[in-house]
Amino acid sequence: MIYADNAATTKTSPKAIEKMVEVMNNTFGNPSSLYGVGQKAKEELEKSREEVAKVIGANPKEIIFTSGGSEADNQAIISAARLGARKGKKHIISSAFEHHAVLHTLNKLQGEGFEITLLDVHENGLIVPEEVENAIREDTALVTIMFANNEIGTIQPIREIGAICRKKGVLFHTDAVQAIGHVHVNVKEDNIDMLSASSHKFHGPKGVGFLYVKKGIALTNIIEGGAQERGKRAGTENVPGIAGMTVALKEAIEHLDENYESVSAKRDKLIAGLKEIPHCAINGDEKKRLPGNVNFCFEGIEGESLLLLLDDKGIQASSGSACTSGSLDPSHVLLAIGRVHDVAHGSLRLTINEETTDAEIDEIIKSVKEVVEYLRSFSPIWRDLVAGKKEFIL
Amino acid sequence: MALYSEKVMDHFRNPRNVGVIEDANGIGEVGNAKCGDIMKMYLKIEDDIIKDVKFETFGCGSAIASSSMATELIKGQPVSEAMKLTNAAVAEALDGLPDYKMHCSVLAEEAIKSALEDYNKRQEN
Ligand SMILES: Cc1ncc(COP(=O)(O)O)c(C=O)c1O
Ligand SMILES: [Zn+2]
Repeated sequence: MIYADNAATTKTSPKAIEKMVEVMNNTFGNPSSLYGVGQKAKEELEKSREEVAKVIGANPKEIIFTSGGSEADNQAIISAARLGARKGKKHIISSAFEHHAVLHTLNKLQGEGFEITLLDVHENGLIVPEEVENAIREDTALVTIMFANNEIGTIQPIREIGAICRKKGVLFHTDAVQAIGHVHVNVKEDNIDMLSASSHKFHGPKGVGFLYVKKGIALTNIIEGGAQERGKRAGTENVPGIAGMTVALKEAIEHLDENYESVSAKRDKLIAGLKEIPHCAINGDEKKRLPGNVNFCFEGIEGESLLLLLDDKGIQASSGSACTSGSLDPSHVLLAIGRVHDVAHGSLRLTINEETTDAEIDEIIKSVKEVVEYLRSFSPIWRDLVAGKKEFIL
Repeated sequence: MALYSEKVMDHFRNPRNVGVIEDANGIGEVGNAKCGDIMKMYLKIEDDIIKDVKFETFGCGSAIASSSMATELIKGQPVSEAMKLTNAAVAEALDGLPDYKMHCSVLAEEAIKSALEDYNKRQEN
């Protein structure tokens, strides 16, 4: 089996599992309790907070643990919106290819009277900082731009965008779910006010993540109840999950540079191999992308059947086709970079990691070539394209 | 839990009647690339009997399986019987489809009917 869907989720690190089991066995107390085993859990929690903060260049007090990336995105955006609204600022800038955790939250705010500007992400899947600057108005409450896109992996000029927001005095949030643990992220150097992260994207457990909020920015609760997380996120803390996430994060950061090097090299090899398939195109800038992300469109075929046949060959991947999303439209990300429906349906995302071997890369290339050729052999679109009755798009 | 029934996967992995009929006397194409599924059906009808049927499909697993099953259901049938093919029959023969994939079986029914209409039109001329 070749697991090439690391953007969907990653395999949990054995060290993280070990840590979680240890915490569940020995530190099962409630961090809010006064007695020993509770205080031990509290210690574990605060140690995690310190370590997570250190990794991204933050202060421990600026870290709120959440149930994952979605919750962190929701809380960051809602909080900034509430702060803005108090000053009569009801304009938010984001991009057309954000994760739904961001886009759906923005939709909700739009229903409450906020005006949302979604910036163009261009054909290469990159936001232009000057366009952020030009979009900022007197009443802009927030700029929220993802660090790296989850489908096409493009890494945004976050530092530049952050600098613009600082200069203009506008809050800046970034969904760094796909970036943390894979590329360098430092909230100070990158001028970030709020940042969302999710543990299961860097070999930590699922259902846990964190939100970084710069000191002085007041959060709005999404979950009301007890006074956990400085009163900003109720609910008995997921101590084992948080401790496991922390171990996984430290592990990822320790190996970040070497992994970046080796995974990028394999990615480039995979890209080069897939490019040999006629009438295909890579989605997103070829270099300014996450080390493990490869995303292609193949003309004349549909993504779900491609995935199913790859699965039969032991390769797990994903696609932005409509048929995999359960809706009639293909991925909003592919549409945002200007792929027309016809080819957006034929997309394939392969997200590899440090464990992917060169032999596996060769195997993926061979299998994708075979399956694309097979599906094209009975595709009516492909027949028309080859016969010249239709013009090739790619 | 698997997304599709064993039957769907069987027809998807080993589609029956794939290809073209060069001297088809009824051809129908339905769907469009925008929605993500296109089916093209080729019929060879002799003495009002569907002697041969072939298909080409651009689409998801259930679209390919539905095309395959639809061809199986009408092959060797009189035209009048083939006209009665319903998407429900296609889906049932596949041991069911997920709700949001039912449109694939609808497309298969439409593709067959479109090819039969083409045949009828050609007969009139
Ligand atoms: C960019 C991005 N943001 C947010 C999320 C949501 O994270 P979680 O699954 O932890 O809620 C994901 C995960 O799919 C993601 O890729
Ligand atoms: Zn379909």
